[in-house]
Amino acid sequence: MGLGICIIVVYFVLYQSHGFDVKFDEYDPGDFYDELFFSKGQPRSEAALLIERINSLSMEELQQRQQAAQNALFKLGVTFNVYSDNQGTERIFPFDIIPRILSIQEWQRLEQGLKQRIHALNLFLNDIYGDQKILKDGVIPTELINSASGFSKPCIGVKPPQGIWCHITGTDLVRDRDGQWYVLEDNMRCPSGVSYVLENRRVMKTTFPQVFGRMNILPVDDYASQLLETLLNLAPTGLPEPTVVVLTPGIYNSAYFEHSFLAQQMGVELVEGRDLVVSDGYLQMQTTKGLKRVDVIYRRIDDDFLDPLAFRPDSMLGIPGLMEVYRSGRLAIANAPGTGVADDKVIYAYVPQMIRYYLGEDQLLPNVPTYLCWEPEQQQHVLQNLDKLVVKAAGESGGYGMLVGPHATPAEREEFAGRIQANPRNYIAQPTLCLSRVPTLFDDCFEGCHVDLRPYILYGKDIYVNPGGLTRVALRRGSLVVNSSQGGGSKDTWIVAEGENEC
Amino acid sequence: MLSRVADSIYWLNRYVERAENIARFVDVNLNLLLDASVVMTQQWAPLVMTTGDLDLFKQRYGEPTAENVTHFLTFDQQYSNSILSCLRAARENARSIREIISSEMWEQVNTFYLMVKEASQTQPIAQLPSFFAEVKMASHLFAGVTDATMSHNEGWHFGRLGRLIERADKTARILDVKYYILLPAVNYVGTALDELQWIALLKSTSGYEMYRKRQRRISPTDIAKFLILDREFPRSIQFCLVQAEQSLHQISGTSPGTWENTAERTLGKLRAELDYIMIEEIIQKGLHEFLDHLQTELNHVGEQVSKTFFALEVIK
Repeated sequence: MGLGICIIVVYFVLYQSHGFDVKFDEYDPGDFYDELFFSKGQPRSEAALLIERINSLSMEELQQRQQAAQNALFKLGVTFNVYSDNQGTERIFPFDIIPRILSIQEWQRLEQGLKQRIHALNLFLNDIYGDQKILKDGVIPTELINSASGFSKPCIGVKPPQGIWCHITGTDLVRDRDGQWYVLEDNMRCPSGVSYVLENRRVMKTTFPQVFGRMNILPVDDYASQLLETLLNLAPTGLPEPTVVVLTPGIYNSAYFEHSFLAQQMGVELVEGRDLVVSDGYLQMQTTKGLKRVDVIYRRIDDDFLDPLAFRPDSMLGIPGLMEVYRSGRLAIANAPGTGVADDKVIYAYVPQMIRYYLGEDQLLPNVPTYLCWEPEQQQHVLQNLDKLVVKAAGESGGYGMLVGPHATPAEREEFAGRIQANPRNYIAQPTLCLSRVPTLFDDCFEGCHVDLRPYILYGKDIYVNPGGLTRVALRRGSLVVNSSQGGGSKDTWIVAEGENEC
Repeated sequence: MLSRVADSIYWLNRYVERAENIARFVDVNLNLLLDASVVMTQQWAPLVMTTGDLDLFKQRYGEPTAENVTHFLTFDQQYSNSILSCLRAARENARSIREIISSEMWEQVNTFYLMVKEASQTQPIAQLPSFFAEVKMASHLFAGVTDATMSHNEGWHFGRLGRLIERADKTARILDVKYYILLPAVNYVGTALDELQWIALLKSTSGYEMYRKRQRRISPTDIAKFLILDREFPRSIQFCLVQAEQSLHQISGTSPGTWENTAERTLGKLRAELDYIMIEEIIQKGLHEFLDHLQTELNHVGEQVSKTFFALEVIK
């Protein structure tokens, strides 16, 4: 699952025209929730120091720093690949030097909500591939599970180490016009983007060293150590030095940089399917000194391609026999195959029920209100309000199979209405949200650009949330899409604790 | 170490070394052109011959001139051994093993590639000498950064093996072509222009100054001896083979002087041959024949290294 995204829709966007060398004095957040400003000229308290610092710089200096940051990322090779383009296959993910800032209090609320959610989702996965109590108790209709595209029959009865299925999650959060946070997608399969979090931060420290000196910004650098611990935690017990590897589809994958980066930061091998073979009942890698056993795989390949014997027989990336080794307990896989069932958008709508069912708690971090088209009443509502809603195919992600009602033509809406009626199970609808904005540097001014937030969560011995996450920003003027292939970019995310540093 | 990774680090180093050597050839010829009053178009064909791709060149460009040979060897995207293509291949290899090499190595090879790529779009041929100097320096930087930032582990030895095999091969080729073209008979006494060309040959291996310290007078036989058999000059074939063999034994753990695989046996045999041969014997047999034999054997070594360590035969 790439960096693709989803509903980013507002009804209108306001633009101010700016003169030259105008700094934040002129910046007007307008009718949006702005992450750095309450209102024109009124920065939020956690952003005040940064705004002050930026106001003390000239536009030229800012532009130079912006350019230096971009150059640094390019030199580091922090790039993503564009499939269709063979010459310049790599692009830098555009980066904006104005960070998104959250207070630690707000962050702690998000963190609690995310931990609760991941905990419940893992209990759900363990249940759904095991006793299926939640179905037997009628909390989720059985046919919804059986018809979910991510429900993986080969995984039924599998018992992953410690009952954890989803070890690495990158949950997409958005904030609406009123400041309310929502979970947009859970991304339980192979969420990408964490390498940008780490590299963006590295670059930001050189861009605004004084600001880092004075503010109390939570560090993000321990992600790699936490990830390694999470993976080692899965190894079959009794091994003195378990071998962990990262499995990549190869250098042409759009997230290859990240695969390589994470392997390097953890000091483990980065392997491709062709390096691996099942031999003597174990997964082994081919080395210059013969075969070597592999105990834990952090795979960045979708379930379908993991093992041609268990899943897609035409997979060239996978390893025949891998699932058999996995089922026998001689290999751990992160994330476990089968987690995709929770990414079904219909199943997503049931997360509040899961939290209540498994944990006996109320959901801390709400879902975007979701209408399920397979329920006749809700379908009725959706069909009557197609011009106001965003309709999504349940099994798709990354903005595919989607109707943005307010932007669609009547013909498009009619076509979608037909699709919904033909296959109601496959569609959900949500209200259009107005995503919050962060000021972003353009040629001669700041403009508010829409953002989302993807924090990264690891589930090993405990649940760990990396403080911050990837803030994706719709950089094209007026655009509402933060997708990297459509003019989207990223920003550093600062979680700021109280108090000024002494220096 | 993964076989695929060993393969990539070996080729990463070969490609960087190849790009550097091409820069050397072309640069020296361009310099020569500035010195000589005579029209020297015939000097460009040997340059293409060095690469072994003269036929391909003629098909694409026709008669060799300074401009088209320089373009072919430097920026031709379709030609797989141009400096630009070598750097692209080096970088692709580096990209597939970024987690193995140091960040500094990656940054150096990435910067190197971007520099060459940019030059290919903007650099007029007249400004190339400074470009070639940059290429050589970037290659040295890469080797230096590699030595200074990467653990001298198995991967490092594979890299050194690749670099030295490539270097030995290139030294053999350049010597072969010059000798063959410039000097049909060994005892031929050249003109002043010939002496310039021999100096150019030495310079293209960065060997001019070191040669002077060793032999003083410019003599074809002594130059051949220096470039093939010298034990101290880091671009001589013998020097490369000795060091390459050390790396091979570090990789396998076999004691020097013994062998356990065909890569060690092939390389050891070739190194031993050079240990005991004298330049007079080489000249007597025919220098071209000898260099031809050397290149064949070096290819053979490369094949055996690949077969022994990299070949990904699926073992069931």
